[in-house]
Amino acid sequence: EKTKNGLFSKLTKAVIGKSTIDDEVLDNLEEILVTSDVGVSTTLKIIERIQERVARDKFFGTSELNNLLKDEIQQLLAENNSNDFEKFEYGNYKPYVIMVVGVNGVGKTTTIGKLAHQLKASGNKVVLGAADTFRAAAVDQLKLWGERVGVRVVAQPMGSDPASVAFDTLQSAVANGDDVVIIDTAGRLHNKVALMNELTKIKTVMQKVVPNAPHEILLVLDASTGQNAIEQCKQFTQATDVNALALTKLDGTAKGGVVIGISDQFKIPVKYIGVGEGIDDLQLFDRKEFVNSLFK
Amino acid sequence: MFENLQDKLDRAFKVLKGQGSITEINVAETMKEIRKALLDADVNYKTAKTFTDDVKVKALGQNVLTAVSPGQLLTKIMNDELAGLMGGTAIELNLTANPTIILIAGLNGAGKTTFSGKLANYLKTQKGKKPLLVAGDVYRPAAITQLQVLGEQIGIPVYANLESKDPVAIALEGIAEAKRNGNTVVILDTAGRLAIDEAMMNEIAAVKSSTKPHEILFVVDAMTGQDAVNTAKAFNDRLDFTGVVLTKLDGDTRGGAALSIKSVVNKPIKFIGTGEKMEALDVFYPERMASRILGMGDVVSLVERA
Ligand SMILES: Nc1nc2c(ncn2[C@@H]2O[C@H](COP(=O)(O)OP(=O)(O)OP(=O)(O)O)[C@@H](O)[C@H]2O)c(=O)[nH]1
Ligand SMILES: Nc1nc2c(ncn2[C@@H]2O[C@H](COP(=O)(O)OP(=O)(O)OP(=O)(O)O)[C@@H](O)[C@H]2O)c(=O)[nH]1
Ligand SMILES: [Mg+2]
Ligand SMILES: [Mg+2]
Repeated sequence: EKTKNGLFSKLTKAVIGKSTIDDEVLDNLEEILVTSDVGVSTTLKIIERIQERVARDKFFGTSELNNLLKDEIQQLLAENNSNDFEKFEYGNYKPYVIMVVGVNGVGKTTTIGKLAHQLKASGNKVVLGAADTFRAAAVDQLKLWGERVGVRVVAQPMGSDPASVAFDTLQSAVANGDDVVIIDTAGRLHNKVALMNELTKIKTVMQKVVPNAPHEILLVLDASTGQNAIEQCKQFTQATDVNALALTKLDGTAKGGVVIGISDQFKIPVKYIGVGEGIDDLQLFDRKEFVNSLFK
Repeated sequence: MFENLQDKLDRAFKVLKGQGSITEINVAETMKEIRKALLDADVNYKTAKTFTDDVKVKALGQNVLTAVSPGQLLTKIMNDELAGLMGGTAIELNLTANPTIILIAGLNGAGKTTFSGKLANYLKTQKGKKPLLVAGDVYRPAAITQLQVLGEQIGIPVYANLESKDPVAIALEGIAEAKRNGNTVVILDTAGRLAIDEAMMNEIAAVKSSTKPHEILFVVDAMTGQDAVNTAKAFNDRLDFTGVVLTKLDGDTRGGAALSIKSVVNKPIKFIGTGEKMEALDVFYPERMASRILGMGDVVSLVERA
């Protein structure tokens, strides 16, 4: 049985017996948001917005609070997620190249397996590039995902130059007429300059084969990560112009509230969410549903 | 974020400057900023509140001598309190049994397999032990190969059974193998699992009850946010673990989860992971962690300037 203590139940508790939104309610609201990893500054921003609305609308009953709150949070996400994604699509390029980046252990390789499955199911010819040549058995892991999904994996021996693997994969995709290329990369912490430069290099090398590749640079974030995710987003964006986010492990008790702050601060949409380890456990991000799930 | 915190504390400590005693008024603003700093460091909401409340009470109870400023006194109280919470001294593994059985547990991707390798390497090179690694993750693609590759890197045998899907049986087989081969430590790597996954939690509880480990180490990512308390509590409820391992501290996270976990389960943090390489393992120093979480270096220098 899930023991998820959703925002809604906590909030309901917070406002029971109160007819207007007073400081105590706002304090409770602060607790709810902060404990969902929304972060202090974003929480204060949300609370400020609510206070403004309360002041503007004069008498404000607590029954409206839930809707108001959902509305405000959705707006923070909406400003940057104007284009909610409706299917596993890949734009007008062939091959469409996706490069997947992120810190260690967030779920990059698994997300690639799941995404390949979705893209294949919607009729695309997909190839994977095993450019994590560093972590023990990383290539084997991706190859197993390739087998599971039934897509090709381009690989070189462990320790090879990741940029060279990416280059090979793109060449092979062009020759083979593939629709989508997904490049796995080794997990790296964003404060390691040499490793971040390596990512920039991988990206540059790919452009020798497909001029505007990679079309999508997907930063994978772990929903259980706290405020450090903001710094991750900042540094990976600086190194590689991240233009899409995936939020993994949302099947756990972590809320992933940090993406609200990230969405507000960077203009990068959350595109996918991971909800398990299985092949079907990838979904398109739906901001309404995401905010609703915070209130469940 | 750093400058931001400095600015805020600078302002907060200005309130204290030149005051002869710590009063409700001059401490309140400071505590607010400290609490924000803790939350930004991912310390759990309740833990942060309790911590600042305790510090406040202790501060209010004291008169300031002319020799120290309120700020200095407050810093000392805070330091003591945090270091106390983190646990005074480093606590070592209990390695007396032969073979010593060590069970590794934690969420997906926390760093269990990497830590298993590091620990084996540490026990071999620093403690003169003869470890055996046991590959108990039957789910993640290539999890067994990963452990085997690490074992090869550090020259430590790995017991695996590619035919079996039963972690309990594999663990028992591994222990029997260790006894046959004269291994003095058995390290049981396990699959990552969510605390709310009943079947998976039952499975690891079964591994525990059938292998009777001498140490159970809960491996947790130092970047974990507010959820750290839920997870640590749930794993502890099921496994009553003997210690915590904090991984990925080579990043720039403040690591507030360490404080939250410590305060919710009160188990010692025994190791920290500081990189992907097999040597990147350190014993845990509570004081260093305390100052990392609070950015205490900054606080101290601020107080000195005040
Ligand atoms: N419960 C759950 N587990 C997940 C999810 N996504 C990935 N995982 C698990 O998280 C762990 C790490 O996943 P990987 O895909 O290996 O992560 P990675 O980012 O490629 O890791 P590195 O390459 O080592 O940096 C594995 O145990 C996955 O099964 C998810 O959405 N939910
Ligand atoms: N930078 C850094 N990376 C680490 C550290 N510990 C582990 N990692 C990396 O984190 C990722 C996940 O590590 P694993 O050991 O596979 O994690 P796990 O808990 O066994 O994962 P699952 O078995 O899938 O649950 C890998 O990329 C490791 O190299 C550390 O202390 N620092
Ligand atoms: Mg990977
Ligand atoms: Mg593992």
